[in-house]
Formats: sequence, C-alpha cells, structure tokens
Amino acid sequence: MPIDKFVKLESTCVPLPIENVDTDQIIPARFLKATTREGFGDNLFADWRYDKDGNPKKDFVLNDPTYSGKVLVAGQNIGSGSSREHAAWAITGYGFKAVVSSFFADIFKNNSLNNGLLPVQVSKEFLEQLFQAIEKDPATKIEIDLENQKISLLPEGPSESFEINPYKKKCLLNGFDDIDYLLNISEEITKWEEAHS
Amino acid sequence: MAGKTLFEKIWDKHVVTKVDGGPSVLYIDRHFVHEVTSPQAFAGLKDRGIKVRRPEKTIATADHNIPTMGQDQPIRDELSRFQVNKLAQNCEEFGVNLYGLNHKWNGIVHVIGPELGITKPGMTIVCGDSHTSTHGAFGSIAFGIGTSEVEMVLATQTLLQNKPKTMRINIEGELDKGVVSKDIVLYIISQIGTGGATGYFVEFAGSAIRSLSMEARMTICNMSIEMGARGGMIAPDETTFEYIKGREFAPQGAEWEKAVEEWRQLPTDDDAVFDKELTYKASDIEPMITYGTNPGMGIGISKSIPKLEEVEKSTQPTFKKSMEYMDFQAGDPLIGKKVDYVFVGSCTNGRIEDLRAFAEFIKGKKKADNITAWIVPGSHKVEEQAEKEGIRQILEEAGFEMRQPGCSACLAMNDDKIPEGNYAVSTSNRNFEGRQGPGARTMLASPLTAAAAAVTGKITDPRDFL
Ligand code: SF4
Repeated sequence: MPIDKFVKLESTCVPLPIENVDTDQIIPARFLKATTREGFGDNLFADWRYDKDGNPKKDFVLNDPTYSGKVLVAGQNIGSGSSREHAAWAITGYGFKAVVSSFFADIFKNNSLNNGLLPVQVSKEFLEQLFQAIEKDPATKIEIDLENQKISLLPEGPSESFEINPYKKKCLLNGFDDIDYLLNISEEITKWEEAHS
Repeated sequence: MAGKTLFEKIWDKHVVTKVDGGPSVLYIDRHFVHEVTSPQAFAGLKDRGIKVRRPEKTIATADHNIPTMGQDQPIRDELSRFQVNKLAQNCEEFGVNLYGLNHKWNGIVHVIGPELGITKPGMTIVCGDSHTSTHGAFGSIAFGIGTSEVEMVLATQTLLQNKPKTMRINIEGELDKGVVSKDIVLYIISQIGTGGATGYFVEFAGSAIRSLSMEARMTICNMSIEMGARGGMIAPDETTFEYIKGREFAPQGAEWEKAVEEWRQLPTDDDAVFDKELTYKASDIEPMITYGTNPGMGIGISKSIPKLEEVEKSTQPTFKKSMEYMDFQAGDPLIGKKVDYVFVGSCTNGRIEDLRAFAEFIKGKKKADNITAWIVPGSHKVEEQAEKEGIRQILEEAGFEMRQPGCSACLAMNDDKIPEGNYAVSTSNRNFEGRQGPGARTMLASPLTAAAAAVTGKITDPRDFL
C-alpha cells in the first residue's frame, strides 16, 4: 500500500497522559474481525471512549471538543502488547498523522512507520513540557519537521531533535513502502536462495 | 575478535543484503499465518497483482476467532465466520498450506508449529502475532510482525529489519517446589517492567533455564514480548533435540544427524558479549500473580500489592487507574480474594504439560462452586493426548470440562468472554483492561496457581497443597 508523504506538520495536539497504553486499549480485539484496513478509526480507544451502550464518555479526551489535531501525545511506552497493525490503522483512521511519546513499543513503531504514521520519540522532560503547554492552552501548536528531524512547540520553542532510521525517513518523505523496495531486489533474493538451498 | 551470540549466528546467516545506512534484508525460513492479521496482506498482494513467492514456507491456521464448543457447526458469529472463510479462500488461491478448523493439526499457531516439528533450531520464523517469540525456545530467531510485514514476507520471503541489541537474562540455581516456568517469566517482567527489554532480543540462560522442559521453555520465550523484547530465545541442547525427534516435520535418518550436528554449533560462544546482561536467583522466585493491568504488575503470591508511595511518581496515575479498574486497594494482600473464573489455555500455558499439571493438582478434589472454569487445549493434538492420558476424565470427575482448542478467553474474540467486573485467574499472557472481555479483571498466574484457585474459589498459594 503506498503511504502518504510526510514532510512537515503543524498542528494542535490531543493529549493522553497515560503510561503503557497497550494495543488492546488502542483497538480492542473484538473489533479485529474486519478484512479490510478501513473503519478502525471509529473504534480507536473504544472502551475508554464509549460506555456500554455505545454513548461517548464525556470525560475521555477524544470526546472533549477542547482538544483536536493531527498529533496524539501519549505517555511513556505506547503500543505495547499485540502486533496488530489495526492499532496503527485505528490511529491513522481517526486522522492522526503523528504520535509523540517518550517511549514506543517496537512492533507498534514499525507498524506506524509502515502506515505513514510518524512516531516521534522525545525526552521525558520534553514530553512533560508538551503536556503542560497543552493543558494550559489547548490551542498550543507544535511543528514536526521530518526533513530536519525536529519537533518544536510553537511559536517559539522549546524544540528537540528526534531520531528516525534514515531509510524509513526516505520512505516517509517520498511516500513509498518496503515492499516496493524488496520487489526491486528480487533477483538478489533468488541468488541468496540458490546459495542456501 | 569476540565470539558470537546465538542470535548473531542465526541473524548473520540470514542477511541477504543491507540497505545503505538502513535495515538488513532478512531471509525468512518459516512464516505462520492466522485469520486475523492476514486478510489485508493477501488483499495487498491482489492489489499489486503478485503471487506468494514461496508458498511452501508458509503455514496457516485458524485459531483466534474460532468457537471452543461445537466446532463441527458453522461458526455462529457472522464476522468471525467470514474471516475464517476468507483465510481458507486466500490459502486456496495462493497455494498456502492451511490447517484450518477441524483439521487434525489445527490449533493455536504457536502450539502447532513446535508440536509438528515445523519449528527448528537456527531458523528465522515470523508471524503476524506478537507471541511468535514462543518459537525462540528452540534456538531460533522468532518474532511478531504487523500486517504490512506479513504482506512483505508473502511477496518476497524477506523482511527489512534493523538489528536489535542483545540481552542475556540468566536464572541460576534451583526452583522451589510449586514454582514453575510461568513464575520465572512473570518474575522477570515484574523486575524490569513491560518496556524493560524494548529494543533487545533476549537470550534466556542459566542452570534453572537449562533444567526446564521444552514446553516450560516455550512459556518463557512466549512472554518475552511482555517485557518489550523483540523476541526471546534459548540455546538448543539435548532437551531440544529429544523433543523434535520423530515429529511430523522433523528431519529423518541421515538428514537428522546432519541437522543435529549443525544445531550443536548454534549456542552462544563463551567469549561473546551481550549489550546487556542480567542475573537472578531461582530461589528468590515464588509462585507469581498479577494484581494490575499490565504483565509487569506482578508479585509473589504471599506478598501484598505495593502501596502508592512505593510506586514511581510518574507511574502513579497509571497505577491508580489500574487499581480502580481491578477494584483492589494498594497495600492489600491478594491471598483469599474471591475468584469467579479460571482459564487454563493459550499459547503460554495450553500445552499437554500444563493440562497435566492442572489435572494432577485437582485430582481427587472438587471444583469450587463459585468458579466457572474454561480448560482449553492449545491444539487438537493436545486434546487427543489429554484424552489418551485420562486427563479429560480426571477433569470431569472434579467437575471441570475440557473445551475444544483455540485462543479462546486469551483475547476473547470468540464467545469466551469473562463478564464485566468478574475476576479471572488466567494462565494466558495479558491482563490488559478488557483483554478477556469488556470490564474483565484478569490475574495472570501459572497452571498450578490457577488450579489452587479453581478448587478453593479464591486466590490460594498452590504450595499449601504440595
Ligand atoms: S493464545 Fe492468546 S496470545 Fe496466543 S496467539 Fe492466541 S490470542 Fe495470541
């Protein structure tokens, strides 16, 4: 699946200051019965977001009109647990383009990158500043500049640089995916297979 | 030059090429597929108009979504039925081997791979499922992947992967009576937390690990993902070879000798260096149980839930939320708390040794009246074996019933859901909020601790009966 290009993003944020947000919270297993990638956004954080009868719970941040934006800011260690890519599909399906946290679970990070969702890992201190700034003023904007690997609180800082694998960066900047790359080296794979059979 | 670790030996052998400044292209020996994480990958192949590159290297099973009663009937839930049927269609269309519902080899993907002898030392193994780490118990590199990566492996038999860091966790000495491999792994996670091994591939070693059976080793590697690890592994040895020998897909005759000779070269060299190394004493471990909503929130069963001030400041809001969800008080002991459900099963503890341990414990006792128990074998072969050994009968005499194989209440995608607010002692691997059903309250433990709860109706130290 070709992914959306990601170059620079300026947006307000949705804060979720909870640690260890696991994939069963991001998208509970009972919603994994679909056979396409669409529609998962409606059930993002379903058990926190809706009550038993399917009515929105007022106190959950996604139901609070004060907060909106294309960036989800989450507590330490987001995405632990299952390998379900549905978690990334739910987050992108809802409309997020980036997730900021001080720590990401491995598979979740990979899955995000494979879907054009940018995981931005920042220091604990920066994350704390971000949460505070958003709490003080929900209209606070941040800028994520992938080219320069820099995340900044607008209008005038603080900012921090973040890491990303150079190969993945290239993929995101250009909107191409791993399979395109691997299909292109098919001959090399055949050679390897011949040498190892 | 320093020697190599088990991990490095296998990894290096499977690198096809390296992307400049980027990941490696890793060749994949075995690919397991199940109904939940594969439909979008097959659809991706169709969109691109390409085939499965090496269909004979992929094995599919239906496990997550299937009922554990009445498997001879069509699946009642429409979406589940559709997904399971979709898998069958995709396998048919792309020429992939399927051990689907009612196939004699059907079962949970991480149970059938090892028991059929498909999983072998030195292999690279992936599946769109985080508990693929289970297969590492055989001395293979096995890890979970997302659906885009499933598509990648189907299309190219390779994956783009960054080499993880390596960690060795040693457990030295002898385990006390009543302490089993599930307790070891819950103990490690309680020590290092759910992110403690993120970015690492973990090798488990030490005399306590070496003394374990293959099935016990699988339980540990299975839950390595719960400490954040990319995967877990254990060096192959005589126990490993003994287990594989004679299984359906094990090498035969001269091939066998050759294979064992190769496998003997795999263990970590004495002078190899790990990025990180941890050592624990087996004698410090007691039967473990979790009190919270992630697998790191575990304690020795005789201990009490931590007090709020004992929890790291930044974690306190999460801890409080967790206590609220579980309706537990910080500082309280767990012993004596009422239990409603007992679940024995899953790719963590749904193998024959687990059923044996449970059956031996409850033999001659009775199920407590307040308990609903679901005993779910991990595969048809496990079910058959339990039948043969008289385990089903022991269970029935004590008031338990054995269901049909599948993932069941481990993730509650089928009808096996723990009702809201109920407490379950579960031998599975995740106690996340809602994992076993909306509002379900899960406490992870070993089959022995589950058995003790099943006959007493409350949290009980299994050692009281030994
Ligand atoms: S038993 Fe549970 S953890 Fe294992 S594969 Fe099934 S759902 Fe996943």
